[in-house]
Amino acid sequence: MFGLHYKIERSAIGLVTFIVLVASIGGLIEIAPLFTIDETVEQAPDMRVYTPLEVAGRNIYIREGCYACHSQMIRTLRDEVERYGPYSLAVESSYDHPQLWGSKRTGPDLARLGNKYSDAWHTVHLFNPRDVVPESKMPAYRWLLRDPLRTDDLGNHLSALRAVGVPYTDEQVANAALDAYGQANPETAAADGVAERYGSATNIRMFDGVSTRLTDMDALVAYLQVLGNLTDAAHQPNQPEAE
Amino acid sequence: MIADLTRAERQWAMMILGALGIVGLAMAVAGRNDLLGIHGWIVLAAGLGGFIAFMRGKDAPEPSDDRLNEYYDAPTRLGIILTLLWGVVGMGAGLWVASLLAWPELTFDAAWASFGRLRPVHTSGVIFGFGGNALIATSFHVLQRTTRARLPDQISPWFVLLGYNLFCVIAASGYLMGLTQSKEYAEPEWYADIWLVVVWVVYFAIYMRTLARRKEPHIYVANWYYMAFILVVAILHIVNNLAVPVSFGSAKSYSLFSGVQDAMTQWWYGHNAVAFFLTAGFLGMMYYYLPKRAGRPIFSYRMSIISFWGITFMYMWAGSHHLHYTALPHWVQTLGMAFSVVLLVPSWASAGNALLTLNGAWHKVRDDAVLRFMALAAIFYGITTFEGSFMAIRAVNSLSHYTDWTIGHVHAGALGWVAMITFGSLYSIVPSMWKRPSLYSAKLVEVHFWLALSGTVVYVFAMWNSGVIQGLMWRTYTESGTLSYSFIDSLVAMHPYYIARAFGGLLFLLGALVALYNVVMTIRMPAPATEDAALDIPVQPALQAGE
Repeated sequence: MFGLHYKIERSAIGLVTFIVLVASIGGLIEIAPLFTIDETVEQAPDMRVYTPLEVAGRNIYIREGCYACHSQMIRTLRDEVERYGPYSLAVESSYDHPQLWGSKRTGPDLARLGNKYSDAWHTVHLFNPRDVVPESKMPAYRWLLRDPLRTDDLGNHLSALRAVGVPYTDEQVANAALDAYGQANPETAAADGVAERYGSATNIRMFDGVSTRLTDMDALVAYLQVLGNLTDAAHQPNQPEAE
Repeated sequence: MIADLTRAERQWAMMILGALGIVGLAMAVAGRNDLLGIHGWIVLAAGLGGFIAFMRGKDAPEPSDDRLNEYYDAPTRLGIILTLLWGVVGMGAGLWVASLLAWPELTFDAAWASFGRLRPVHTSGVIFGFGGNALIATSFHVLQRTTRARLPDQISPWFVLLGYNLFCVIAASGYLMGLTQSKEYAEPEWYADIWLVVVWVVYFAIYMRTLARRKEPHIYVANWYYMAFILVVAILHIVNNLAVPVSFGSAKSYSLFSGVQDAMTQWWYGHNAVAFFLTAGFLGMMYYYLPKRAGRPIFSYRMSIISFWGITFMYMWAGSHHLHYTALPHWVQTLGMAFSVVLLVPSWASAGNALLTLNGAWHKVRDDAVLRFMALAAIFYGITTFEGSFMAIRAVNSLSHYTDWTIGHVHAGALGWVAMITFGSLYSIVPSMWKRPSLYSAKLVEVHFWLALSGTVVYVFAMWNSGVIQGLMWRTYTESGTLSYSFIDSLVAMHPYYIARAFGGLLFLLGALVALYNVVMTIRMPAPATEDAALDIPVQPALQAGE
């Protein structure tokens, strides 16, 4: 064995070839099957896609680095299920490009945050967390209420997401900017279009409490309110018990 | 730098810089309605600035042919300085984000100063800025000495070093503007990722071309590690960053993968960024500088073979231990755990090999703080790899995951192992790189050593405590069977530890500042009259018959 190595270490090409071969095996065996084994991701026929406003909100969540302190992955442990709700299923993040499972909980898990608090609570909390949770360590995101939301390129965002596998229709892509406006402005014609294209379960509300203009706050709150609500799969009684 | 190049090489450099400027202009125009445009201007400024510098220096006299009889160390010299500067930036950002967790109002209502945007500046600043520059600088140095050959040409080492730093600047400035893919340690967006691939291909080519010119039949162990670092990081980087941009005028892209497949790909990348960026490359450093400084040969050649191939093979399986109890299929979690535990064997073989090499030289470890940095690094490497294997066990992970324990573990490795081996290696080559008889102050190295050690210990103990307390509070039940603590109770309990952690980080940062000062003062010392480095030259090819 060491005799063979004596030869390999005299050849640069030999070393390169062996390093690439030896290092590739682990990934090929662990990752490739995840794309082909059907049981990896559960079936969820009721799975919804994110609306354009929720996509924009998700991008703000990424932009501000929320994932650095909040996970979106409830583990199959009893205390987590009792604290946060049913453990997370793979299908629930199957439209998340990329996933935001996170690796650290400086703040609590957010996988089932949707509709747990009111829009007003979220707006106040994001504006200054210590107004509602005095001990909080979270930064105050005051600029979210100041900055108008960019919507003109949302159609491109939806097409890019479609290119990586999210089933958006042509109609949804074409109306992306209008739908973002409509979702935060109930009782307008644009709002009816959102319900029509994304289903009646979609939250259509003035998320930041102001109807005149769309802000980053509207988008982020819309996203936070849909977390865990894209499908009911995790609430079905046929899931195995947590450990 | 320009004076070292021949006229023809200067023209090549100007063409490359001109092309870079054009790419920057194209980015600035295509991304004029987007943050991509700002990065376009930065790239344009880099290309144009370099081009103007060459315009002004292009008529300088050509270097003499004697240079080809020496090692090419100018890129290493700049790389050492950049390493120390990025170290101060990255560790400074770390101190800031640590302070934000104790005093959240330090954000001052500025988006760029919030925790979520500064945190990747810290992680990328130390991993890629500090660590990456250290790897590039030392790899050029080690590669030439162990092959006894000069680098193959004069431009490509500069291209790699400066191009890599352009990547680091784009990454860090992007985070402050909110540009991130959110994938940990792979945050830079698609165009920065493509640029890094270009730089990396040239880096690999330098390695292969220099090896092809080597005057030693065997490729030394340190180079196996540097090659594994270059090759595997390329594979990881390309696969994990596959994404579709929103448009060519937009900085934003969407990852090709989603959900569970993306999580597994991300942690296959994330864990092996630790393995091949922060371990393999730095083991390369250790295998050259530690025996050299100790004046002892490596204890066991066979142990180094076993540990090298063990690490290269097994690390790639271990990533799934970041996803215990998640929606990742159980069989992948179990494979990750099993390989993580077995990984202790090659890891300890490396750490043990380093420490056994010091047998017979322990008096030097006592007297020489530079060697002591490297010895301590090997000890921390042993401690951290043991802790890593332990934390990868599912039952342990159920407690440690999502808590500060992970942060403590990472810093035991990053401060105790990566930074210590780097400082030791840099201190040992700075005098010869600038042809100075010694460092400016051996006493300051001693001061740095104790600052670094005490900072690491304070930091790691604070995080071990907070992590275990946090994990226990989350899972504690009252007698009536309900959860004892709300989440906010656990956060309040962390406050004293967050202050202690910031203090530990401050000590470590002070040490890095002492190092920067010491190196700058060494460079500013007067050069000695006598040339004492007659042996530090490449082997010349013997004259062939007929020449």
